[in-house]
Amino acid sequence: MRIPRVGGDGVWRWLSGACVALSLLAVVALLVLVVTRGLAHFWPADIEQLTLDDGQRIAGIARGSEAGEQRYFTANRDLDGEVWRWVETQAIERRETPPELLYAERRDWGPFIGRLTALETPAGERLQGAEAERRLRRALAGDAEVTTLHVRNVEGRALEVEFAQVASLSWPNRMDIGDKLAAWGHGVWRFLSEAPSDGNTGGGVWPAIFGTLLMVILMSLVVTPFGVLAALYLNEVARQGPLTRLVRIAVRNLAGVPSIVYGVFGLGVFVYGLGGHLDSWFFAERLPSPTFGTGGLLWASLTLALLTLPVVIVATEEGLARVPVALREGSLALGATRFETLRRVVVPMALPSMLTGVILAVARAAGEVAPLMLVGVAKLAPEIPVDGEFPYLHLDSKFMHLGYHLFDLGFASRDAEAAMPLVFATATLLVVVIVVLNLTAIILRHHLRARHRALEHS
Amino acid sequence: MSAASFSAAETQRFSSAVVDFPSTSSCFDIEALSLAYEGKPALRDLTLRVPRHRVTAFIGPSGCGKSTLLRGLNRLHDLNDQVTRNGHIRLEGQDIHGRDVDVAELRRRVGMVFQTPNPFPMSIYENVAYGVRLQGVKRKRELDEIVEWALQSAALWEEVKADLHASAWTLSGGQQQRLVIARTLAVRPDVLLLDEPASALDPISTLKIEELIRGLKSQLTLILVTHNMQQAARVSDYTAFLHAGELVEYAPTDTLFTNPRLRRTEDYITGRVG
Repeated sequence: MRIPRVGGDGVWRWLSGACVALSLLAVVALLVLVVTRGLAHFWPADIEQLTLDDGQRIAGIARGSEAGEQRYFTANRDLDGEVWRWVETQAIERRETPPELLYAERRDWGPFIGRLTALETPAGERLQGAEAERRLRRALAGDAEVTTLHVRNVEGRALEVEFAQVASLSWPNRMDIGDKLAAWGHGVWRFLSEAPSDGNTGGGVWPAIFGTLLMVILMSLVVTPFGVLAALYLNEVARQGPLTRLVRIAVRNLAGVPSIVYGVFGLGVFVYGLGGHLDSWFFAERLPSPTFGTGGLLWASLTLALLTLPVVIVATEEGLARVPVALREGSLALGATRFETLRRVVVPMALPSMLTGVILAVARAAGEVAPLMLVGVAKLAPEIPVDGEFPYLHLDSKFMHLGYHLFDLGFASRDAEAAMPLVFATATLLVVVIVVLNLTAIILRHHLRARHRALEHS
Repeated sequence: MSAASFSAAETQRFSSAVVDFPSTSSCFDIEALSLAYEGKPALRDLTLRVPRHRVTAFIGPSGCGKSTLLRGLNRLHDLNDQVTRNGHIRLEGQDIHGRDVDVAELRRRVGMVFQTPNPFPMSIYENVAYGVRLQGVKRKRELDEIVEWALQSAALWEEVKADLHASAWTLSGGQQQRLVIARTLAVRPDVLLLDEPASALDPISTLKIEELIRGLKSQLTLILVTHNMQQAARVSDYTAFLHAGELVEYAPTDTLFTNPRLRRTEDYITGRVG
């Protein structure tokens, strides 16, 4: 029998190949899981009405099963006290999908599943049956006015819902595939464009998207010049010696400091230190309520800028070091000063590397959560920090962040289980945001390289 | 100028340094120059006069200090903290290490072409215009004229005039080297230092560079470092043979190659030592 020799070419090739395959598999599996479960949340599934052998009636959406039991999302927290029901499959006598069952998302108390019994209009009319449903559809389309919905759950318990409380309403069992697709698209759009409601378990995540993007952009604006100038100094100006080496090692080690430590630093230095002083100098009339002396957009951006500074410095330094000595000498030999050489030859050639550093910094910052919890992220800040009021960009305001929102949904919300689909949807979004940010930077870098080439051809 | 201006000690050390420039004056006066890298001597007490508007070749085995000497002439060593210097270099009578000397201006006056072509990642036009722009020339027409003149002087114009805005990196090695020469000529230097300018090139490109060097000496002083004895013999008027950081023999090229004074020189140029 031939035993493959360890260290032989074949073994190494298989081993390394298998590692790559495993990594790819892990990435693909992660994406598929997150994306499918995230996007499935918005699909208007059929509502089943179950009659159990003890005569009980349940209406809900089937969400998984386990050991002879089926799990239903039954909504109606205000009536039942909970939104999930485990039902023994054997106990189910009848399964129906009555077309008149409706699914309404309310701004308080979460979704409702049941039937419409009557409708009140501002004129004091009380409509019932098919007429009520027609009027309600027109009202949802914005063509008519309605004040109150009278609804019942499948057990017959009645409830009144103010129309203003209704975020969305549909009859999933009556929808064909086209309607469902449209409703799905609408659901995704609402998720992206609306502020959260109902303790973050309902509504959308727009403030969190905006907060994440704005913070990352502000961070880039700070970290890019700082990092690039620091790298220029280290690589081009400073005398290369033990001290420079020490600084370089320190910078690289800074990249390994746990991010929460940066959060603590930000809290101590930026929020309490800088912020506290700013308040006592400029906003004394508002004290004791803090303006800058509490976590906010500015401090979060600065903290993350600090966190990502090593990334930009290291990438820039590598880019600078790659510029051939021959080109520097060529420029100097033409009577260029060191600064002119830097500006006209070295920096343009290192520009793509600098951008790579910023890309990496952005990718790192967009996903960071821990330090933000200390320096300005909020559970709920439905107002985005940009508005029409001077100074338009409110650097002192708290903001929402996708990563923190994810944490909040999954671990800090009233009903983590009900929020689970939203966790996946938010995770999908976070991945998409990071991919978009990266792509933007890559396109920018490509554009710069192209301009660099075009400059050669201009 | 005559050999009489050398000190007695120097004449004694290398009697062969009896170099007279009957029809020209000296461009560089190198006096008792010593250079060391990190304390290790690279040039020892070197005294030499380089004639104006002639081609002077520095030859010698690898590590003899000929490139070190060349780079000393436009103060490229300034970039390296590890280099220490003693002695003087005078350009047209002015000490190039003097307090009032602007290094950038010195380097403009003393252009340099390196062993491997080093065009910038820009267009042909921009490469040539680079140094000119640094001098503050901005007008398009003026730039155009200088670029054309420089490219013609470097015998490259005919080959590239159709597309001046192509990337310089698309040119062949020989063309790139001539482009680098054009780039250097464009800032109107008084001296052109050539550090083995043809060592990375094929024979035909080498020939073109050599023709160019011979043609340019009416305009400026050329100093050529080369490994290639035939090249030194073909293009230079004066040749200095360096060995282990010392100037061994310096004479008109014809004399040095046909009738070397010292045995070491003869051994080297005939290939017995190298």
